[in-house]
Amino acid sequence: MRNLLPIFTVVGLIVAVWYAAVAPMNIRSALDQLERSDHAVVPAGALERREVSVWYLLVNNPNQIAVTYDLERSRLPTPTQIGYELWKSTGEMLLRGKAMSKRSLLYHGWVTLQSTLWGFFLGTTVGVMGAIFIVYSRIVELSLMPWAIISQTIPIVALAPMIIVLSSQIGIESRGLPKAMISAYLCFFPVLVGLTKGLRSPALSQMDLLKTYNASSVQVFFKLRLPASVPFLFTSLKVGIAAALVGTIVGELPTGAISGLGARILIGDQFGNPLAIWAALFAAAIIAGILVTFLDLLQRFTLHQMGMRV
Amino acid sequence: MRQDVAILTESLDLTFQTNDGPVQALKDVNLTINHGDFVSFIGPSGCGKTTFLRVAAGLELPTGGRVTVNGMTPDQARKNRAYGYVFQAAGLYPWRTISGNIKLPLEIMRYPQKEQNERLQKVLKLVELEGFEKKFPWQLSGGMQQRASIARALAFDAEILLMDEPFGALDEIVRDHLNEQLLALWHQTGKTIAFVTHSIPEAAYLSTKVVVMSPRPGRISEIIDSTLPADRNLDIRDTSEFLSMTHRIREGLRAGHAYE
Repeated sequence: MRNLLPIFTVVGLIVAVWYAAVAPMNIRSALDQLERSDHAVVPAGALERREVSVWYLLVNNPNQIAVTYDLERSRLPTPTQIGYELWKSTGEMLLRGKAMSKRSLLYHGWVTLQSTLWGFFLGTTVGVMGAIFIVYSRIVELSLMPWAIISQTIPIVALAPMIIVLSSQIGIESRGLPKAMISAYLCFFPVLVGLTKGLRSPALSQMDLLKTYNASSVQVFFKLRLPASVPFLFTSLKVGIAAALVGTIVGELPTGAISGLGARILIGDQFGNPLAIWAALFAAAIIAGILVTFLDLLQRFTLHQMGMRV
Repeated sequence: MRQDVAILTESLDLTFQTNDGPVQALKDVNLTINHGDFVSFIGPSGCGKTTFLRVAAGLELPTGGRVTVNGMTPDQARKNRAYGYVFQAAGLYPWRTISGNIKLPLEIMRYPQKEQNERLQKVLKLVELEGFEKKFPWQLSGGMQQRASIARALAFDAEILLMDEPFGALDEIVRDHLNEQLLALWHQTGKTIAFVTHSIPEAAYLSTKVVVMSPRPGRISEIIDSTLPADRNLDIRDTSEFLSMTHRIREGLRAGHAYE
């Protein structure tokens, strides 16, 4: 529980900075709206206001500042507004029995979560296989590792549309598989690097000891390399699953996607609705938090079972 | 049929190829270790004592000369599991309990479960670690961890025990105690022990034969047969025979230019 105080201190700071930023971010559009509904604002006229700084506007319209916290389509919504939007599009819809409606973030979050888990599964499999091959073959390491590194230098936003276009060319019409591939593309790398390091972590004397027992390479793998790699593997999996979520959302951004948190972000952008974007972002963050926490608990449990100090 | 000679080397050479050119780690090493001997290897760093042990274990290949272990090549001996090797660091697996660690060689050699447990109990008794089998290594002191690693090497009944500075990282009080235990264990089991050390009193106290080595190139400068009685305890270190033994070892090291 002693962890809670520092955590809440940081959260409190972020929220305070956020609320402080809302007024300068929204004052222009607030004054524009007020002027249109015949309120007196200083200076009058949108063009004139563009000539002065937001600070000047705040100082000269002290009575209008409250409005910036309650705009319908604000540039920067307040955390309260986002919280309410999140509730409206999740809990409230659930209560009304419309959890899987197209307007519900539960539905879009579920779509994104499914693709994330598929991508995570695919990426982890590729990463684990790659790491095993790399550890056991110098040739594979020399030929595969540079490509693995290069693959991560390519911006995923450039690659994602191509994967979708190309997979539709070979007859894959659903978006699930290409999205999982994009997600796996981001996710495999931390698993590959982390597990390679983990499988190589046993000291030379540990390897020599097994050699004095005349152990087979299968025994070396299962009795030494694999258990030694477990802490490394979990660290990588936690990075990997967060990367898989980012990959899925990026995969949902390009043309034509209508479901998933990425699609919600894009639609919010196109229809000038920052609140929808923020709500989708928070939903993504919550999903990532749950996934990473789950893996963290699994790690603690596993290492505890293995007798290691966590 | 039991041969008298456990480890035999004839004009053994080993040269490592390094980036700075060849380094001669062992040069013309001739040594006979009989069954039941307790042989210590002493000398400064870089004199090849660990390398010698690794050659005998089949972990390094000599570049010249001949070496046999129980009449076989070191590699055959390794495959026949003729020796147990105790490394400088205890090297216990943190994810296995003490009993899991001691059973590791037995699992690898596919002993039946029942025999694994019998052997476990036997060696736990030998190293006085009964009652600790369910503990994990981090719950034990350094000396106890090293005892567990010795038990691990004893578990599969190898004739020969190769020990590479097993007590080097321990404090003197623990070390004295473990030396005493090791001697008792050697008396009980009648094993052949090759023991690498940096400590003159340790070599004098433990061994029936002390091999003094000197560096660059690593070679034997003197082989000293112990004049001490086979049955000894720590008190022997205050006797004049013990002092003359340590004196001879020190002279041997000096003669081999080990102090330069």
